[in-house]
Amino acid sequence: MIELWFAIIAFLWTGYFVLEGFDFGVGMLAPVVSRNAAEQRASLQTIGPVWDGNEVWLITAVGAMFAAFPAWYAGVFSTFYLPVTLILVGLILRGLGLEWRSKVANPAWCDLAVVAGSALPAFLWGTVFAHLLFGGLLAALLGGAFTLAVCVLHGAVFLALKTTGQVRRRARTAALAAAGVTLPVAVFALSGLGTGPALAAMAALAAATALIWRRREGWAFGATAGAIVLTTLAVFMELRLRPLPGLTLAEAASGPYTLTMLSWIGLIALPFVLVYQGWTYWVFRKRVLVPAG
Amino acid sequence: MDALDLARWQFGVTTVYHFLFVPLTIGLGIFVAGLQTAWHRTGKEHYLKLTKFFGKLFLINFAMGVVTGIVQEFQFGMNWSEYSTFVGDVFGAPLAMEALLAFFMESTFLGLWIFGWDRLPKKAHLACIWAAAIGSNISAYFILAANAWMKHPVGYEVVDGKARMTDLWAVLTNSTALAQVPHVIGGAFVVAGGFVLAVCGYWLLRTRGTRAAAMWRGAARAALLMTALAGAVVAGTGDMSAKLMYEQQPMKLAAAEGLERDTAGAAFSVAPGIEIPKVLSFLATNDPDAVVAGTEDLQRRFEEQFGPGDYRPNGPVVFWSFRVMIAFGMATVGLSVLGLWLTRRRRAFPAWLSKALLLALPLPLAAVIAGWLLSEIGRQPWTVAGELLTAASVSPGVTLAEVATSLAIFTLVYGVFTVAEAVLLARHVRKGVEEPAPEPAAERREPQLMY
Repeated sequence: MIELWFAIIAFLWTGYFVLEGFDFGVGMLAPVVSRNAAEQRASLQTIGPVWDGNEVWLITAVGAMFAAFPAWYAGVFSTFYLPVTLILVGLILRGLGLEWRSKVANPAWCDLAVVAGSALPAFLWGTVFAHLLFGGLLAALLGGAFTLAVCVLHGAVFLALKTTGQVRRRARTAALAAAGVTLPVAVFALSGLGTGPALAAMAALAAATALIWRRREGWAFGATAGAIVLTTLAVFMELRLRPLPGLTLAEAASGPYTLTMLSWIGLIALPFVLVYQGWTYWVFRKRVLVPAG
Repeated sequence: MDALDLARWQFGVTTVYHFLFVPLTIGLGIFVAGLQTAWHRTGKEHYLKLTKFFGKLFLINFAMGVVTGIVQEFQFGMNWSEYSTFVGDVFGAPLAMEALLAFFMESTFLGLWIFGWDRLPKKAHLACIWAAAIGSNISAYFILAANAWMKHPVGYEVVDGKARMTDLWAVLTNSTALAQVPHVIGGAFVVAGGFVLAVCGYWLLRTRGTRAAAMWRGAARAALLMTALAGAVVAGTGDMSAKLMYEQQPMKLAAAEGLERDTAGAAFSVAPGIEIPKVLSFLATNDPDAVVAGTEDLQRRFEEQFGPGDYRPNGPVVFWSFRVMIAFGMATVGLSVLGLWLTRRRRAFPAWLSKALLLALPLPLAAVIAGWLLSEIGRQPWTVAGELLTAASVSPGVTLAEVATSLAIFTLVYGVFTVAEAVLLARHVRKGVEEPAPEPAAERREPQLMY
């Protein structure tokens, strides 16, 4: 039961990083790939209907940690107090920027908030997890650089996949540039893990680069998503053995009764969530038309 | 001043801010869904205009509710790690259920609603706003079940210094929760009703004598009805809560009344010095001669039971927040009942009533905040009644400097954005409803009328 709940939490974090990964990337890149207000709006509209639902993956992952491994939840978030504070500030800035930009007289402030609010968590989650695994400032910074770069790449590919015209073209260029940065960073960051999934993640990033070059946007998006899945898998394989210094999963876990109850609830609710979130992506599957400037 | 004090301040500040937005989300979501349903069923265009108008106000506010809510979920682990470790087995379950069963639904369907105006069939689009609004209400249930457990822990045992859940059903049907859920949700509908009333009051004054006045009159009447009905629920469940408080949280009840000694036939104190004989005993037990415990006698008994310490909450705060809650809440509900009566059968809104409706915005907000101060400060010094003290709940490894930093950041950020939200809401209220312009076909491809 403990193993199952660890796997579910790993799954929820994976969903969060895959989905919010491109939200963060789009948030940071929107001003880069846009030359006017209409393009900026179209860029952010690619994530408009989905980002809030994507963020709930985090809320659920953290809630599940609290319920299933209270001591782990308490340990991680009190240990990384200031980085988590800044992540929360980032999420506040981004959420308000995205929701309010169409309702203010001058959206420039909102767009700035979206950039900062996307970059902060994209960078800081990497530092938190890297520090958790390896300890030390250098590892943390490398981890942060890696997640930041991957989010930019993932978002650029998503933009190229979901827009038209000039924005699509610029997104592809941005993706190639981001890949150029991501690959070397990934070599350093992922070799620290050194496990099978980590190496496979590196291969997926390389494949993504090639696919962007060949303008296979859908496949490239699959490759960047795969790289994030594999990286998260590699990270959680390490965390399974040592979720926090001086703590084992069994010590951190809730009792069998609670885990059983949670399992039933998850078993019933999760399929519905996956179906209606999937349906959202289906409803908004078409590219956002960018008005020709 | 130590890290514990600041952590308490931070929790108080962030929670009070959060609850400025939450009740509006809970009540206004349902109100907007009702308006859209009215449009769907009658086809009358003014319902659509009102749906979009109040929908926009709802979304401005919803964003603040979400972003301040995320902080809450992390804060238990960040600042209250000892608490989290002690209670997670029980307390974490409703939180996880809230995310899984309510937040996904709320956020996903709201996204579909905002962007789906011309992507979805009309019925499916209507269903989306209902799903989102119902999701908000479900989330209130789970978080209140968790909160009620702190005041009246049930369905658990303590093993190796940690609470272990033994009965999830008992946690979810805690008597404290069953009284508190309708009380808080009812209060949220009074806040939302009051908000709509204030907006309608403003527009009734501006549109006096014009044809548009009829639309605002209709919206105001609906909100009056909603506020009055919710008010009845709040009053009834408030009475239930008081009776449970007598049994489960006698110290809070004693502090709320400023009652120092165990008293038979205790009087209800309207304000210091003004007392109505026997009413407190009657309200707490239905028996005018029953004995109600006093703070000093309880303190003595608690010391015998739990060892030395001060088990009395902050008296003046608890005493006055109780009175502010009742007075301001009742005033709002009274105003709505009066309004319903004065505008019965097609009677117009008198100008003075429209002006008075502006008060329906601040009064219930102050009442719900006071209610939370009563509820949570009145529970001190415990986080989990009889099991865990607040002082023993705080994160041992988090320094004073760290908490001071985050408290400063959150206070500043929340303060700035609360002002920004107020300005945004005011601007969009003043703008009024949008006349639907005949759109050229090319424009219609952009699905973001609301975004």
